Amino acid sequence: MKTDTLTIADKAKQDVDSSFVLEPTPADATNLSERPMRYYSARTGWQLVDLAELWRHRELIWMLALRDIKVKYRQTVVGIVWAIIQPLMTMLVFGVLFHLIRGRPTTGDVPFAVTSLCGLVPWQLFAGTLTQSTSSLVVNQNLITKVYFPRVALPLSTLAVGMVDFALAFVILLLTIFIYGVVPTVAVVALPLMIVLVLLTSMAFGLWLSALNALYRDVQYAIPFFVQMGFFVSPVVYEMNAVIPSQWQWVYSLNPMVGVLEGFRWALLGMESPPIASMLLSTVGVGIMLFGGLLYFRLMERQFADRI
Amino acid sequence: MSDIAIRVENLSKRYRIGGKQPYHRFSEQLTRIGESVISWPARLLRGSAVAAQHEAAKSEEEFWALKDVSFDVKNGEVVGIIGPNGAGKSTLLKILSRITEPTAGRIGVRGRIGSLLEVGTGFHPELTGRENVYMNGTMLGMTKREIACRFEEIVDFSGVEKFLDTPIKRYSSGMQVRLGFAVAAHLEPEVLIVDEVLAVGDAEFQRNCLGKMRDVASEGRTVLFVSHNMTAVRLLCGRCVWLADGTVRGFSDTLSVVTSYLSESGGTSSASAEVCLKQWPIRRGNGEAQIVAARLLGPDHRPTTRLQRLRPFTLEFDLESTGTSEINLSAICTTADDGLKVLQLAHQDTQGCMPGVLAGKHTVRIAVEALPLQCGHYQWTLSVHTNALAPIDVVSEVLSFAVDDDLSVSTRPYRSTRENGLCSLIAHWTLSSQER
Repeated sequence: MKTDTLTIADKAKQDVDSSFVLEPTPADATNLSERPMRYYSARTGWQLVDLAELWRHRELIWMLALRDIKVKYRQTVVGIVWAIIQPLMTMLVFGVLFHLIRGRPTTGDVPFAVTSLCGLVPWQLFAGTLTQSTSSLVVNQNLITKVYFPRVALPLSTLAVGMVDFALAFVILLLTIFIYGVVPTVAVVALPLMIVLVLLTSMAFGLWLSALNALYRDVQYAIPFFVQMGFFVSPVVYEMNAVIPSQWQWVYSLNPMVGVLEGFRWALLGMESPPIASMLLSTVGVGIMLFGGLLYFRLMERQFADRI
Repeated sequence: MSDIAIRVENLSKRYRIGGKQPYHRFSEQLTRIGESVISWPARLLRGSAVAAQHEAAKSEEEFWALKDVSFDVKNGEVVGIIGPNGAGKSTLLKILSRITEPTAGRIGVRGRIGSLLEVGTGFHPELTGRENVYMNGTMLGMTKREIACRFEEIVDFSGVEKFLDTPIKRYSSGMQVRLGFAVAAHLEPEVLIVDEVLAVGDAEFQRNCLGKMRDVASEGRTVLFVSHNMTAVRLLCGRCVWLADGTVRGFSDTLSVVTSYLSESGGTSSASAEVCLKQWPIRRGNGEAQIVAARLLGPDHRPTTRLQRLRPFTLEFDLESTGTSEINLSAICTTADDGLKVLQLAHQDTQGCMPGVLAGKHTVRIAVEALPLQCGHYQWTLSVHTNALAPIDVVSEVLSFAVDDDLSVSTRPYRSTRENGLCSLIAHWTLSSQER
């Protein structure tokens, strides 16, 4: 009789125990076992950014972009109007300045307002996206340390914010052109290409700088300074041919933004012959930088979560 | 072979620490490159001796968060990961969720992996609740369509539907956590990795989380679950990995791993049969009286940290009082792992023991004839209250002790653990025949 009691107690114990352990349902298990096991280990050597993976994460890139766009102008008074105040004010200030010092920043008979806005609008796109993408990794470090996704999504998504501002400023630019009676030539078909070139240039710099900034915070302090310097050594508020002596133009054109901005201006205003030489130099330079940036970003990406 | 969902093979992760590179400035890196360029001819001449020296200096700054960790998790299994702080649990989860790469070894995963290292990853304070649900869901790997399909459920589960179009910076922190967990709870990857999510939120929220985790587990998905809450681990997990100092100390069924983990951590840290409590950190009260020392005595009246089930013991504590108000004394026993209150002893239970207004030093002695607790780990909270039950001095988590079976009391052939109930009583069993 004593043994009987014990078996009951034993059984009770087993019952209690088994209720704590949750058994897998076999239906799911069979389904899953057909899938291949994917292995991950430390990557070695140089690799390009995985574009296929980036494509799979396109929704995430879009969400990040959408977030940045929404957040940027929330709780502001004039909101997106900021995007047009900046180029207009800069144009006014430099217009007055050039008038006072009797400078000639343009070559043809295109009014200064048009030619300077033609430089300022793409420059703002470049400078804005460059600054945003450089800080994108550091600003989003809570994401980097908590969840996996291709890290290039962060600098890439900042392009969208720049494009929204650009779109508005571009409308103002077109209005100005219309008011001054400038008629675009067939060169205007090259304009979308020029906009892409601006984005690629800022991405080429952005990849390097954002990766560097994640590891060395000095970069974010240097950026505003270099953007300001770039403003003066690029044909933003002046035309290259009007200011830079022709024998030095090849040195000047080593700055990749020269070809990009001159090309943009040419596509819209169609003056003279296209600046083939500087555009070619820019495109090649940007191409090399972009390729290097994709390699470098991928190399540094492994350390982001540990060292950011 | 093919029923393995997660395979961890000889995984190691090294971190660089130490004074040499506390912060990585670009200028420092340039200096280092400069140095190595300058020292290059010298290295060529002196050969590998310098290099070896350099390596030695390097290893001093290294810290291995994980060292040669290997284990397999089967499909549909719920595995807990336990261990003290700094054991490498978070590093392991970070590698498994591919946030960081291992230094050596590799991991294999079958199916889509979803990791939940934080509640509300990607939440932005300026965005509304609705926008953040989409943001967070996308971050966790859901597609926009999946989120849209489950949006109603998510909102219902979170209970914040009224504030869906309010920026979450106006939410209370509790609401933010609930919304974050609601999104995470509707994630449907084949493999789910969860880090200490239950540590946040109030009791009801934690119960919700636990319930949802059980649902997820019962749907046959593979779950890796890190927690310090041993009750949750015991409830959810079939097997457990015990990590200590970056290595696997044990990998077996939950009950045995948790038991050995607790007995080790209990034996090394806070367990002491006799403690001075003058500097005890976990205490509250106005300080009119102070519990300055406490002891736990076994049947032989010697201090001990191991008591036997249904055997006598004595709890003693020394009290220094200024004697300004009437005092009430009590002691509460709690479980060591999850702080569940198990029993209370109060001075009113003994007829005629009336401390009233006490001044000076006294020793309080509580003698118990039979310890009514199952085997396990417990600790005490000792308290002095006013008549209005305002705390004068309450010291918590003192005198950790273990309870074992005593064969002279009972001949149960199995261990009397908490799984079969918290309490044990002296009872008289009789058996009489009904025949005749």
